[in-house]
Amino acid sequence: MKTEISRQPTHVLVACEGHIDGKTAPELQATLAPLFGEASAIVLDLSKVDYMSSAGLRVLLLVHRQLVAKKGRTVLVGLSESLTETMRITGFLQFFETQPTLAAVKF
Amino acid sequence: MDTRIDVYPTHEIAGYPVRAGRPLPFGATLVPGGVNFSIFSRHATACSLVLFEKGATEPLAELPFPAEFRIGDVFCMIVFGLDVEEIEYGYRMDGPFDPARGHRFDKTKILSDPHARLLAGRNVWGAEPDWSAPYPHRARIAFDDFDWQGDRSPGIPLEDLVIYELHVRSFTQHPSSEVKNRGTYAGLAEKIPYLKELGVNCVELMPIFEFDEFENSRVNQETGERLLNYWGYSTVGFFAPKAGFAATGRLGMQMDELKTLVRQLHEAGIEVMLDVVFNHTAEGNENGPYISFRGLDNQAYYILTPEGYYYNFSGCGNTLNCNNPVVRAFVLDCLRYWAAEYHIDGFRFDLASILGRDLQGAPLANPPLLESLAYDPILSKCKLVAEAWDAGGLYQVGSFPAYGRWAEWNGRFRDDIRKFLKGDTGLAGAVATRVLGSADLYGWNQRGPTASINFVTCHDGFTLHDLVAYNGKHNEANGEQNRDGSNDNESWNCGWEGESSDEGVLTLRRRQMKNAIAMLLVSNGVPMLLAGDEFARTQYGNNNNYCHDTELSWIDWNRQKAFPDLHRFVQKMIAFRRAHPVLRPTRHLTGEVSSASGLPQVSFHGTRAWQADFSPQSRVLAYLLDGAQAKGGTVPDATLYIAFNMYWEPLTFELPFPPATTRWHVFANTGCPSPDDIFAPGEEPELPQQDAILVGGRSVLILVAR
Repeated sequence: MKTEISRQPTHVLVACEGHIDGKTAPELQATLAPLFGEASAIVLDLSKVDYMSSAGLRVLLLVHRQLVAKKGRTVLVGLSESLTETMRITGFLQFFETQPTLAAVKF
Repeated sequence: MDTRIDVYPTHEIAGYPVRAGRPLPFGATLVPGGVNFSIFSRHATACSLVLFEKGATEPLAELPFPAEFRIGDVFCMIVFGLDVEEIEYGYRMDGPFDPARGHRFDKTKILSDPHARLLAGRNVWGAEPDWSAPYPHRARIAFDDFDWQGDRSPGIPLEDLVIYELHVRSFTQHPSSEVKNRGTYAGLAEKIPYLKELGVNCVELMPIFEFDEFENSRVNQETGERLLNYWGYSTVGFFAPKAGFAATGRLGMQMDELKTLVRQLHEAGIEVMLDVVFNHTAEGNENGPYISFRGLDNQAYYILTPEGYYYNFSGCGNTLNCNNPVVRAFVLDCLRYWAAEYHIDGFRFDLASILGRDLQGAPLANPPLLESLAYDPILSKCKLVAEAWDAGGLYQVGSFPAYGRWAEWNGRFRDDIRKFLKGDTGLAGAVATRVLGSADLYGWNQRGPTASINFVTCHDGFTLHDLVAYNGKHNEANGEQNRDGSNDNESWNCGWEGESSDEGVLTLRRRQMKNAIAMLLVSNGVPMLLAGDEFARTQYGNNNNYCHDTELSWIDWNRQKAFPDLHRFVQKMIAFRRAHPVLRPTRHLTGEVSSASGLPQVSFHGTRAWQADFSPQSRVLAYLLDGAQAKGGTVPDATLYIAFNMYWEPLTFELPFPPATTRWHVFANTGCPSPDDIFAPGEEPELPQQDAILVGGRSVLILVAR
C-alpha cells in the first residue's frame, strides 16, 4: 500500500493505493494519526485501492471515530462499486460520508 | 507504553513468543499484543497448536503446549505478534486409540476448534472443495467488535409472535427474487420490506451454523443432479455462521453481514430465531471424518455403546453427549454467544429430546441441560422451542421438560388439522382442543397455550400447496426410489395427483390452502408459517427436500403473481390475528361466564347455535370467543365467531346472537371468490341476515361482532 498526503486549505487529502488489509492497515493508521490535529477534515481517496479486507475497514472506522471525537470529519471518495456493496451489507457504509469524486466534496 | 507485565512473552516456541494462557474463555481470543488459545481435552496426552497461513495446505508452525501451560484438562497459551487476519489455526492431539474405551485420538489429524467463531474452507457456497486437504474446516480468529448502534431485541411476547420459517439460501436464490445478493444474508435483508408487508414478526432461520454442503454429497444416477447436504442439519462449527450464506464469505466477513441482517430485522420489528442442531455433529459414525470432537476427546463428546460404537438417536450417525457436564457447558456457551454477540431472540432445537438423555442415552426426568438453558441469565429473554422428539423413539410432545420456559413444535396440531382439512370425520373434538392451544398437552402443568408452536407445514414434509395437490410423496429426485421421507402426510390432492389444469380442482386447492391458513392463524398458541406457502410454493410432491440446491428448493417469487389472492389472504389473516388479542391468550380459555357479557370465554357451536357436533361423523366445528374476556378481560376486543365446514356440501349455520348493541360482520369467508373472501380488519361488511348463514362446502367463516 502507498499513501500520498496533500495539504489543502480546507482539508487533508490522503490518496491510498494498493491493498489495505491486516498487514497494511496499521501503517495506514499510523499515517493518519498525526493528521488529526492538522485539519478538521480528512479526505481519503480510495479509488486506487484494489483490495480492502475486514481489518482495513476496521481501521477506517477507527480513524473515523477518533476524528469525530475531535469534532472532525472523514470523507471517503472513489469507492469502487464492489467495495461500496461490501461495506453496505456488512454495515460499515452507513457510518461514513462518501462521495463519488473529490470534486463532489463540499467544504 | 504497555503498563502490564502480562503483555510480554515468557517463552519462545517454534520461533513464536508465547506465555502461559488463560483457560477461559475457550477458543481463540484477542488479548493485548496476542491471541489466547484455549482448548479442552481430558484424555489427550499432548497437544500442539498448528498455525497456517490463510489457505495454505502445509502448516506455518506447530507449537506444542508445554506441560506448565495445561491447567486441569485445558491447554492454554498466549501467542504474540500474530497477523490475526492472515492466520488459520487448528490443534493436533495425541492420546490413546482405544475405541472400546471410547478413545479415538489420531495425531496425524489436524482438528478444528469447536469454539471457532469463524471457519474458512467453505467460503463460497457450492465451490468444489479440495478433497485431499488435510485440514478442510479451518478455524480463524474473529473480531467481536460489531457496532450495534443501540440495537435491542424487539422483545415480542411469545403469544404475539407470528413465526416464518425459512432457509437463507432458498429464500432469495431464485432469480425471481430480484435481489442483488441472491441466496445470502444480505439477500434476505433486501426482502425485509416484503416480510414487514406480510406482517410476520419473527423469522426462524433453518441451520446457519457452519455446515458442509458437500457432506455425503452424491450424484443421482438417474438425473445426474449433484445432491447436497442442502438444509444443513449437520453442524461443523457451532460458533461460526455459515460462510457460504454470506455474500462476503469470500472476504471472511460473514459475521458482520449476519449481524447487519439481525440489526436490520430488529429495526423492522422482526425477531430472529435460529434452528440449532445440538443432537449430533457432522462427524458421522466410526467411519466418519475427523473434524473436531472425535479427535479432541471422543469419549467426552459422544454417547457411546459399551463397545465404543456411536449411539444413533439422531438418525445421523452419532449423538452428542449433551448431559456430560463439559458438553453441557459447551452448549450453554454456544447459545449465550449467539444471544449476546448476535442478538438472537430465540432458538428452535432440532430433535430436542436428545438433549434430555443421560450419558448412556436413557431419558432423564430432570435433564440438567434443559434446566440450565431455562434458567440461564443471558438466555432469560430468549424463546426456547423444542422439536420434542428424536429419532431414537422418544416422543415428548406435551411432556417435554419445560421449566416454565420451553415451547414445543406441536406435531399433534399439524396432524389433527391436516386430517380435519381433508375431510376426515370425528375430528371436531380434537380440532376444538388444537385451536384453543392444546390444553390436553399444555394445560395439565400450567404451561398455557404459548407452549404450543402451531403449524400445518414446515420444512420437513409437504409445502402447503403440495399438501392439497398430492396424496403421496414423490421423492424420486432424492435418488432413493421414493423410499425416503414420511408416508404419514395426511394430505389430499383435491381430485387429481399433482399439477392440474382443471379449474374445479384448482379452485378447491386455493380454498383448502386458505382454510389451513385461517385455522392456523385463529388458533391460540404461536403460529408458524413456512416461507413461500403464502403464494403456494411447490416442491412437486417432494416431502423430503433436504438435498436439492435447485428450483425444487428455491422460492419462485413469480408465484406471488400467480396466487395474489392467497398472498392477500395470508396478509389479512396475520393482520386480523394481530388486531384481536382474544386470539392470543396466555392461559387456556375455559367456559367461565363473564358477568359483563353473559358469555363464556369460549363456547362451541354446530349448524345449530349452542349445539356443537362432536359425533364420530362430524366434519363441522364452530366456536365463539368472548371479546369482553380477551386476556382475562384486561383488553377490550370484539367477540368472534369462527365456523369450519369441512363437509363437501354447503351447510346453514345458525348463529348465536352477537353481544348487545353489536352486529355480525364478515371478516373472512373462504367460500367466496377473492376479493370477497377476506377484508381488512375494521372494514368488514355487515352480514345482512344476522341469525344464520350458508357456509360453503369445505369453507371457513370468520365473523366479528361490532
